[in-house]
Amino acid sequence: MCVKLSIRDASFGFNDNDLVWKDINIDVQKGECLCLLGPNGCGKTTLLNCINGNYSLKTGSVYVNQKDIKELSIIQLARTIGIVFQEHSAPFPYSSLEVVRMGRTPHLGLFETPSGEDTKLALGIMEELGIAHLADKSYTHISGGERQLVLIARTLCQQPEIILFDEPTSHLDFKNQAMVLRTIKSLSKKGMTIVMTSHFPNHVWDIGTRVAMLGYGCMVAQGYVEEVMTEQNLSKTYGVDTKIYDAKSDMGYIRFCAPNLG
Amino acid sequence: MMNTANERLPETSIQHIEKRPSKFKWALMIAFPICLFTISLFLGRYSVSPNQVICILGKRLLALPIETFWTDTVETVVIRVRLPRAIMAALIGAGLSMSGASFQGMFQNPLVSPYILGVSAGASFGAATGLILELPAIGIQGMSFLFGLIAVAITYLTAHIYKVTPVLMLVLSGMVVSTFFQAMLSLIKFIADDDEKLPAITFWLMGSLGSIGLQDLGIAAIPIIISMIGLYMVRWKLNVLSMGERESRSLGVNNELFKAIIIVCTTVISSTAVAFCGIIGWVGQVIPHFCRMIVGPDHRVLIPATMLVGAGYLIMIDNLCRLLTATEIPLGILTAVIGAPVFAYLLRKTKGGWN
Repeated sequence: MCVKLSIRDASFGFNDNDLVWKDINIDVQKGECLCLLGPNGCGKTTLLNCINGNYSLKTGSVYVNQKDIKELSIIQLARTIGIVFQEHSAPFPYSSLEVVRMGRTPHLGLFETPSGEDTKLALGIMEELGIAHLADKSYTHISGGERQLVLIARTLCQQPEIILFDEPTSHLDFKNQAMVLRTIKSLSKKGMTIVMTSHFPNHVWDIGTRVAMLGYGCMVAQGYVEEVMTEQNLSKTYGVDTKIYDAKSDMGYIRFCAPNLG
Repeated sequence: MMNTANERLPETSIQHIEKRPSKFKWALMIAFPICLFTISLFLGRYSVSPNQVICILGKRLLALPIETFWTDTVETVVIRVRLPRAIMAALIGAGLSMSGASFQGMFQNPLVSPYILGVSAGASFGAATGLILELPAIGIQGMSFLFGLIAVAITYLTAHIYKVTPVLMLVLSGMVVSTFFQAMLSLIKFIADDDEKLPAITFWLMGSLGSIGLQDLGIAAIPIIISMIGLYMVRWKLNVLSMGERESRSLGVNNELFKAIIIVCTTVISSTAVAFCGIIGWVGQVIPHFCRMIVGPDHRVLIPATMLVGAGYLIMIDNLCRLLTATEIPLGILTAVIGAPVFAYLLRKTKGGWN
C-alpha cells in the first residue's frame, strides 16, 4: 500500500488570529475511502478546499503522491484531485452531457475545445454510472440525485487519482441518497481513493474504510472504522450522547448509531 | 467496461444526443447579416439605382472592368458612406453581442450587459471632455476610448482582493465606477455652454453611425476584430467559468487569466464602439438572450451565433435609423426602443432565462 494523500501539521484560519483547526495529520492509502465526520461548522468543507488547493493552509502541507500540492499547477491539480461540491446552481441549462464533458477541461489546451474522443469518454462514463439516458436532458431539469451523479461523472471525466466529496447526500431524499452512496461505494471498490465529508455517521459503516472525526479546532480521533467508530468518540465529536446499535435483517447485519434523545 | 460502452455508441447517436443547431439554423443565421448588409448598400436618402450600386461595387471592390457611367457623388455615397457604415454596424453589433454573451457567461447571469464594468460611463465622460476641450474628431475618439479603458481598469483594481477578483466584487465596483463617471459626465454637462456644447454632448451620447467614414473603419476594425477572435478562442472556457469560479478552478481553469482575457477583449470592443458611435445600449443584452433561445446555452455555438445575429441586428436597426424619418434618428434611441420591448418579451417567454 502506498500513501496517496497525506496532510501534515496542517492549520487553517480565515483570519490571522482565529484558526478553524490546527494540528491536522491525515494519511490516506491508495484505494481507501476516508470519511470526515464532524459537527456543523467545524471546518470539514474547509479542509476539503485545502486539500484541492482552493484555500492555502496557514501552516503545514498537503502531499499527493509525496509531492506538495503547492508545487502543482492548477491544471496538474485538476488532473490529480477531483471534487464534487455540495450545493450547486447552474445559471444556464446546459445538457448533462455538456456538464460531464467539462470534466475534460484539465486535459485540454488553453484555447482547445473538447473533441469527439472527449465526448465518447464522457458518454462512456455516463453509461458506466447508469445515467446515459440523462445525456440530452437539461442539467437544471433533473433531480438532485441525478445532478449529483452527473457531477460525479464530470469528476470521473477528469480522470483524477483522488476524488473529494463534500456532503454528497445532503439535500437528497432516501432513494437518491442510496443511488449516490452506491455509486461512491462502487468507485471505492474499483480502487479510487476517496475523501468524503458527511453529516451522517452511519455512512461510515456503509462505505468508509477509514474515518477522521473533526471537532471544533482539532482532530478528535482517526483510524480504521472498527477502531474509531465508538460511542465514546462519536459522543465526544458531536457533543451529544450517542449509542451504537447492531441490527439484523435478511440482508445480514448492519451497524448504526443514533443520538440518545432521552 | 469503458471500451464496450464506447463501441455501443456510434457517431450518429452522439450527434443525436448533442442537439447541435441544425445546418438550416446556421444557414439562416449566416444569411441574416449578409442579406441585411447587401440591402443596406441599396437603401438610403440619396437615390442610387440598384444597377449603379452593383456596378460601383464590382468596379471598386472586385476591380471588374466596368465603364464608369455614374457621377463621383454617387460613388462617394456607395463606397465612402454606405459601405463603411454597414461594415461598422456589423462589426459593432457583432462585437457588442459577443461581449454581452461572454460577460453573461463569466458573471453567471443571463441579464448582464457589456457595460457592467463602467466602460460606457468612462467612455462617455472621455468623449464629453474631448468635446468641451474642442478636440478634433480623432481626439474625442481617443479620449473616449482611453477613459473607457481607465474606468474598467479602476473597476478591476478595486475588485482585486487577496490576489483574486471575485465576479461579485467586479459587479459592485463596476457600479461604483459607473456612478462616479456618470456624475463626472453630469459635471461636464453642467459647465458646458448651453448653445453648442451641451447639445453636442447630448447628441453624441445618443449614438450614431452617421459620421463613420472609411478612415474610422480602418482604425476601429483592427482592435474590434482582434478582440472578437480573443472571445471566440475562450468560448469553451466560458462554459466552465459559468459554473462558478470554485468549480472552474477545480476543473483546472486559471480563472484570473481567463477573466482578464475576457475583460480586456470586451472592454476594447465596447470602448471602441462608444468612441466611434456613442452609447449603443441593449444590443449586448438582447442578442445573446435571443441566440440562447435559438441555439442553446453552449458558448461554443452561442458565441459565433451572437456574432452573426448581432451583426445583422445592428445593420437592421441602423437602416431603420436612416430611413424611418427625414432626419436620422440616433441609433441609441432605436436600439433601446426596439430592444427593450423585445427583451421584455423574451424575459416573459423564457421566464427569466435561467431554465
